[in-house]
Parts: sequence; structure tokens; C-alpha cells
Amino acid sequence: MALSLREYRARIKSTESMKKITRAMELIAASRIIKAQQRAQAAAPYARELTRAVSAVATFSNVDHPLTTEPEDPKRAAVLIVTSDRGLAGAYSSSVIKEAERLAQKLRAEGKEIETYICGRKGEGYFKFRARPVVQSWTGFSDQPTYDVAREVGDALISAFLRETGEEPGEDERGGVGVDEVHVVYTRFKSMLVQEPTATRLLPLEVIEGTEEPAEDDVLPLYEFEPSAAEVLDGLLPRYVQSRIYFAMLQAAASELAARQKAMKSATDNADEMIKKYTRIANQARQAGITQEISEIVGGVNALADANAGSE
Amino acid sequence: MSDDTLQVELVAADRLVWSGEAKMLIARTTEGDVGILPNHAPMLSLMVDGVVDVQTTEGETWIAAVDAGFLSVAHNRVSVLAEHAEMSHEIDLEKARHDLERAKESGENDDEAQSAVRRHEARVRAAEQAS
Repeated sequence: MALSLREYRARIKSTESMKKITRAMELIAASRIIKAQQRAQAAAPYARELTRAVSAVATFSNVDHPLTTEPEDPKRAAVLIVTSDRGLAGAYSSSVIKEAERLAQKLRAEGKEIETYICGRKGEGYFKFRARPVVQSWTGFSDQPTYDVAREVGDALISAFLRETGEEPGEDERGGVGVDEVHVVYTRFKSMLVQEPTATRLLPLEVIEGTEEPAEDDVLPLYEFEPSAAEVLDGLLPRYVQSRIYFAMLQAAASELAARQKAMKSATDNADEMIKKYTRIANQARQAGITQEISEIVGGVNALADANAGSE
Repeated sequence: MSDDTLQVELVAADRLVWSGEAKMLIARTTEGDVGILPNHAPMLSLMVDGVVDVQTTEGETWIAAVDAGFLSVAHNRVSVLAEHAEMSHEIDLEKARHDLERAKESGENDDEAQSAVRRHEARVRAAEQAS
């Protein structure tokens, strides 16, 4: 408590300006969440139709496709980690990375090697700092992903999956060696308050998602395939993978914003508390100063009076 | 859902572009142009970059430029799925023409460049047909 009043005032001021910043970030995150949720909703029809079509093809044709075939002895697994580009979002990035580490440990225990792919600067930084290899990373879009990015990521993962295990990539390709499995780790947006890091297996595909019961008139439309079932499946499945990645990215974006809003809200609250505390201490210091001045004056007057009384 | 109209949904990866009832829909698949009328047999087919033409029950014509995607028809429900899709009135014709010129001039001859040219051609065509 040895600080002077002026120093307390300076601290209050800087805390106040910090509070303004965190408050602004909180509001920005809050308004962006709504947009992110709208984007996720807007993408839903495409994903729904795609799932319908894929399950239709899968049901009505017995075509085997490389993307759906389980490799017999999986040796390598690719893990795509979706993190944020920017910090100040609480434990958002670190909890998704933690989940990824857990998954990696599990896969290693099964005797698989891990190839890491990353979205977002935070994850990239984490791996670079620990000098661990990353096959490929994409950055600069974490809070508003576009479909084009999802397609790029999807293409990279699919080509890695289709390459034979252990085969080195050709000269013009940036991807790593071939893999037998592809996993995605992202943060699922459950509500504004709850976001959950989730790990799912993307490839090989397990298509039939029994979530939607087909409607009455929906049973068994005997589709004609043009040009052929195999070719339609060839066109569909990569898109399906891309749309799943896009979905993961949209969820991650909404989660990131929600995490940021929460973190910034508690930062603002903490700043409020600090300002209150410092104001109290500053007031105390001010009063202490006044008291001291008064007692000095009184003491001085008394001393003078004593001196005068003594001389008379 | 009545028997003589089609429920059309035109869906891009990031949004629902158009939906409504229609009398007829024309799209370009890998096998050539197909016209879909009500009570068409269920079909799934791949589309190439091109123009989708929808004639609504009110006699209006909507034209859209779509990327390669696919078309599914079942029980008078038609879904056109593409990574990117634009209605003709959303396309700026001047800009589309300019983009097409640039794509042609880039002079590259690989698959990607050619598909870019095709995509821009489709946009220009869609915008021209609408105006």
C-alpha cells in the first residue's frame, strides 16, 4: 500500500481502457455468432440433400468405392485439427488441441502413425513451437470459413487417403504419405454456453446416418443413374466429404466466437472488479493523505502554542 | 404436393439459392441437356458447369448459373446441388463478360483453366438469357 494516489489513478485509467477493449470484443463476437449460426443454417439444405443422395446411391447400388472401403490393416491415420486463428478466446484452441492429443494417443496405441493437418494459426503455432511435423496447414479463415477452403482441405485429405500407404507423394504434390484413415477434431457448437471438442472419423466413410427417417412417400425411389451408379458415386462422395469438413468448420467458427464472447465477458467483469478495488484503495489513500495533513497541521499548531506558552 | 408441378430446390453449398414450384426444369448433365417434367422417373445424375432453366407454374422463367454438381429427381421433387450457384439477376453481366475474357486470355490449357472458362461462359449465358 505504499503506492501514491497518482499511481492508483493511473492503474484505474489503464484498467478502464482495457475494459473498453474487452467489452468491444465481446460485442463484436456476440454479433458475429449470429452470423455464424445463420451461415451454418444456410449450409444445412445442401448437406441434407447430399446425405439423401449419397444414401440413395449406397442403398441402390452395390458399387464399391475406394472412399468407403475399410483398409484391412490401417497403419497411418491423418488427423485434421480445426483451431482458431486468433487468441483471446479462453481455452478454445487448447481444449481442441488437447482432444486431438487424446485421439492421437489412442491411435498410436492401436499401432497407427499420425499425420497431422491443421486449420488455424493457433494450432500451427502450437506444433511449430514443439517442433512437431505438420503435413499441411491452412490459416486465415477460422471465424468465417468459405466453402472453397473446405474444398481445398477436402481435396488434400482425399488425395492423401487415396494414395497407397507409405507411398511418397509425387513432386508437385504437397501432401504427405498416403493414409488409411482420416479423423477430424473440431469443436461442436451445442449452445451459446456449451461447446464440445469432438473427434470423428471422416474416412473411410460410413454413409448411412440413420438420423432421418424417410417419409412415407419417400420409400425406395428407384433411381436411374446417369451416366452410371459408379460415376455418380464418384462425383458425390468427394463432395460429401467436403461438405462434412465445411460443416465442421462452420461449427468450429461458431464455437470460437462463443468462446471468445465468454472469455471477453469474464475479462470485462474482472476489469470491473479491479476498477472497484482500485477505486477503494485510491480513496483510502486519499483519505489517509488528508488525515495525515490534518494531524500535521494540528500538531504544528499545538507545537507553536506550546512554544508560545513556554516563552511567556 | 399436386401431381403436375415440380418442387424445385436450387441449393448451393453455403445457401439455398431458390426454391419454388415449377412446370419444367432444364439442366445440363454429363450426358447432355435434360428437361425434367412433372412425374419424371427418379433420377440421380451429374451436372457440368452450365445454365439451369426453371419455368415456374406462374409462367415465369428463372435462369441460374451453376457449377458442376448434381441433380436428383424423385416424387416430383427436384434438387439441384452445386458448390456455387447464382440466379441470373444476381450476376453482373459486364463483370461476368470481363471475367470470361480474362479466363480465356490466361492462355493456360489445363483442366482447371478450361473449367474456369466454362464456368464464366455459363454465367455470361445465364445473364444474357435473362436480360
